[in-house]
Amino acid sequence: MNSPLRKVAISVLVLFTLLILNANYIQVVRSDELRGNASNTRILAEEYDRERGAIVVDGNPVAMSVATDDTLTYLRQYPQADLYSTVTGYYSLVYGNTGIEDAEDGILSGSDDRLAFRRIADLFTGRDPSGGNVELTLDAAAQQAAVTALAGVQGAVVALDPSTGAVLSMVSSPGYDPAQLSSHDPAAIRAYSDSLGAMDPDPRINTTVAERHSPGSVFKLVVSAAALEDGYTSETVVPAPQQYTLPGTSRPLNNYNGESCDPSGEQPLIDALTISCNTAFAQLGVELGEDRVREAAEAFGIDQGGFEMPLPVVESTVGDIDGDAQLAVASIGQQNVQITPLQGAMIAAAIANDGDLMTPYLVDQLQAPDLSVVDQTDPEVMGQPVSAEVAGQLQDMMVSVVENGSGRRAQIDGYTVGGKTGTAQTSADDDDNQWFVGFAGPDGDPQIAVAVFIQGGQGTGGDLSAPVAQQVMAAYLAANGED
Amino acid sequence: MAAPAIGPGTDPKNAAPGVTTPPRRRGTELVMLGFAVLITVAAQTIVDITITGSPSPEIATFSAWFTGIWLVAHLVVRRFAPYADPLLLPCVAVLTGLGLAMIHRLDIAANALGESVSSREDAPTQLLWATVGLVLFVAVLLVVRDHRALSRLAYTIGLVGLVLLAIPAVLPSALSEVNGAKIWIRVAGFSIQPGEFAKICLVIFFAAYLVDKRDVLALASRRVLGLEVPRARDLGPVLVAWGVSILVLVFERDLGSSLLLFGIFVVMLYVATERASWLVIGVLLFAAGGTLAYQLFGHVRVRVDTWLDPFAYYPDGGGYQVVQSLFGLGTGGLFGAGLGGGRPDQVPVAKSDFIAAAIGEELGLFGLVAVVVLYLVLVERGLRTSLVVRDGFGKLLAAGLAFGVAWQVFVVLGGVTGLLPLTGLTTPFVAYGGSSLVANFGLVALLVRISDAARRPAAPPAPPAPKLGEALTEVVRP
Repeated sequence: MNSPLRKVAISVLVLFTLLILNANYIQVVRSDELRGNASNTRILAEEYDRERGAIVVDGNPVAMSVATDDTLTYLRQYPQADLYSTVTGYYSLVYGNTGIEDAEDGILSGSDDRLAFRRIADLFTGRDPSGGNVELTLDAAAQQAAVTALAGVQGAVVALDPSTGAVLSMVSSPGYDPAQLSSHDPAAIRAYSDSLGAMDPDPRINTTVAERHSPGSVFKLVVSAAALEDGYTSETVVPAPQQYTLPGTSRPLNNYNGESCDPSGEQPLIDALTISCNTAFAQLGVELGEDRVREAAEAFGIDQGGFEMPLPVVESTVGDIDGDAQLAVASIGQQNVQITPLQGAMIAAAIANDGDLMTPYLVDQLQAPDLSVVDQTDPEVMGQPVSAEVAGQLQDMMVSVVENGSGRRAQIDGYTVGGKTGTAQTSADDDDNQWFVGFAGPDGDPQIAVAVFIQGGQGTGGDLSAPVAQQVMAAYLAANGED
Repeated sequence: MAAPAIGPGTDPKNAAPGVTTPPRRRGTELVMLGFAVLITVAAQTIVDITITGSPSPEIATFSAWFTGIWLVAHLVVRRFAPYADPLLLPCVAVLTGLGLAMIHRLDIAANALGESVSSREDAPTQLLWATVGLVLFVAVLLVVRDHRALSRLAYTIGLVGLVLLAIPAVLPSALSEVNGAKIWIRVAGFSIQPGEFAKICLVIFFAAYLVDKRDVLALASRRVLGLEVPRARDLGPVLVAWGVSILVLVFERDLGSSLLLFGIFVVMLYVATERASWLVIGVLLFAAGGTLAYQLFGHVRVRVDTWLDPFAYYPDGGGYQVVQSLFGLGTGGLFGAGLGGGRPDQVPVAKSDFIAAAIGEELGLFGLVAVVVLYLVLVERGLRTSLVVRDGFGKLLAAGLAFGVAWQVFVVLGGVTGLLPLTGLTTPFVAYGGSSLVANFGLVALLVRISDAARRPAAPPAPPAPKLGEALTEVVRP
């Protein structure tokens, strides 16, 4: 019986080797995946034992952890949640993290490699490990103005510092209360989440970066940029008929309310933009050709892929264009053209910054728990969509829009304001999307660029969105204008 | 500890002048046991300090009690089985001690969360069961002075085994069912899993029966496709074992015991006959039974489906345990969270079925592998005993018992780590559960007894052998 016994002994060795190999597979190879699995509450529980860092605006915490005597030690709180929920996101036991809570989780939780040395030091000094802080670029005055102006409507505001790309305001309306999603009571969290999910759209979606919509006439800025780069000037006279028959079809394209742009059937480019003449820009787009329109759009960041700032931004796109008829409609920002509100603000900011498009960023500084700076964001040039000269002409045209045209409601006493309105039909029966993108500042020195998007309002971008932009820019200039 | 006090001084090297006695290694055993006790007390202390900040006041009582158990076991072995393998007891001691530390750790977690209203402590109960296990261990060594005596009672013991196995199936569910498995006898607040004892009884019976019939089963065969295939009528025993396993599965919904019994029987049959064809037949029968069970029984289907993709059945639908177990193991990683540093209480029934996941989470891959290697040492020492012992019954019995432990460990740890479907067997010595612990102490007693016979010098210079046999018959006969 000894020969089979030896084989049994070897078989046992093989079986146990299998066990050990499998344990290696689970505990080493798949360790990170299992550890990071959203359903694995172990790491979360460990995290809650540690004081998570704060998210800070102008020196005031807008998300912070406070100690409780719960089993999960620290509770996340959001002072001024009505102002900052769009940006902070939430920190939930049940649903994980969103917003900055997610994008800067490494720093906030203290697990980031840049805090590694400190963690080791904590181990020796016996200090309780804690997370670092995230200082945002947001401006409290602009943020407050945006929230007030958007009260009661569905929409979004993004404001940028044109010279740096720093995000001054970011609001998606309606907001929600992140504290209720970040409590320690899973049942209450689920109930609140269900109530938010029942709303349309879900308020947790950050409309400024996570959704894109037809920009309507705002896109005429891109077509204008293409034309000016091609040798047009703001005074070049372009055809502006009462009606434009789409090439290769018998379908007519009208102006807003069927109005005529100019009795003569043609007008200077600056006037066409001022009154937002559809027939002129549709025809201009076809004249320039698809390639030039696309190039200009890409130069502003459209169709360049999504990116992180550090919130994830979805890609804006010109979409498919099948023939000149579609090109004509795309040139007035309809058809398949879709951009995020952030992209709208980037177009205005690049024009305001003499043609240099700055990379947008929301985080000014990352700090260690002792407030020493771990990382400071330096402004970066993302690209140069138009030359300084063309940018100057576009600025003049946009100022004309606000002074003489569809954007009058964005005017601010004592400052030069430029802008462009947009009204995009989403479908036949739905209400329109209302846009305004623009900039403001002392003459020749735009200090804030803004995009306002309002979903499904009655009226035009000039009626609804321009006043919102006006309030945000005025508030910012009033608070910061003197420096 | 008082462990080294007795030391190798009493080692009987100088006791038998003139006769070349092989080393008994009792001193080695004692030192190793001291080491095992040290590990256990250290683990308990670390648990307390990590979680509550200071060692619990009961640690002294616990240490003394735990030391006492192994001291008694050692002294009994030294007196009644002096040639026994010195590694068997220390392996068991470490596994039991580690289990106690882990159960204590989970007690604290459960009470901290206020989950158990009565704040019941399971670790002291387990220590009590270990003590009962010790009593069985001592009783077996005292009563069974020669393991061959068991073969004479094999049919009686086999019958007892079958009855034990069948009791829960016959009892009403109220007295026999816990969490869907009808494998208990619940009387007066006590829960006993008779299957744990039945397992050992049946292995004894298998060994005696197969030694008896091995020639017939081995020789009368035809060659088909390069395999020695037995005659149809000799298939009887394996079919009966298969049938019993299926009955266990049907009436007690106990996948684990069913798999365990059948596996042990087939391997013992192979060892007895030296015919690989029995393994092939066993695997075929297993495949047929498994397929049938999968088709017919919902609980088997659920186990298999959740094994294939546990995350698809998470959090509702049967995958919860395995997924939580995998989370624990993955989070533990290479070094583990440290005793008291993880969240092993997140895995349901962590104290019993999933204690290996708790060990993997807090002691890491290193800890889990160490446990596997301890089992490996235990099993291989058992198989070595089987190789060395001279009589066929002893060989088969030792092989069956040792392989039984190996097979059970493989099936349980495989289930917990996602290698195999979950079956609901306990982790020997480590898991919380009185029946399992006590029965396995009995199992080790048998291995100790056989290993003593295996390493004892051959008969001529030691006349007391037949006398022992007589003594035994006297004890057993009434």
